[in-house]
Amino acid sequence: MSEAIERIESAIRNNKIQVFMKGTRSFPQCGFSAATVQILEELDVPFGTTDVLADPELRDEIKRYSNWPTIPQVYIDGKFVGGCDIIREMYESGELKELVKSALGQSAQQ
Amino acid sequence: MDASEVESMIRQGIPDATVVEVRDTTGGGDHFEALIVSGVFEGKGLVERHQTVYKALGDAMRVRVHALSLKTLTPAQYENRR
Repeated sequence: MSEAIERIESAIRNNKIQVFMKGTRSFPQCGFSAATVQILEELDVPFGTTDVLADPELRDEIKRYSNWPTIPQVYIDGKFVGGCDIIREMYESGELKELVKSALGQSAQQ
Repeated sequence: MDASEVESMIRQGIPDATVVEVRDTTGGGDHFEALIVSGVFEGKGLVERHQTVYKALGDAMRVRVHALSLKTLTPAQYENRR
């Protein structure tokens, strides 16, 4: 089980914006995952994705990790930001753009 | 499960909610959307608000509910929306 945590943490560490989703970026297997990816593509920012359907152990573990029962899950700068509804709401308010910009800005300075 | 069952679980978990509206989006009894207005959301971020609702649904959220789209508002936010 701890190996799944390592996979989660390394994905979050390696990607300023990381999405745990059903399916792949090109072929999402769920409407909520698809909508989340679409918003990030709209913002035109780099992000990593992990297909939880390809990793059942991680799929279980991620729900405990974030205390969040559903997929997709978005992490920005190592912090759990929310699922599809929250990402959509933050996108519409402009908050997501700001958060993403500051996360990517920090990485540019490093 | 049907929308009224989801609604009563949310009401039980968040007793001071002034509005709980639940809709079955597909008619299949496992995809829902809900609007919840409560003072407990005051001062909380969206993640914490949604976690409060998920907690009210407990095991049902893991087993019987496939998808739940949430709108969580404080009474003041709800007033502003109208």
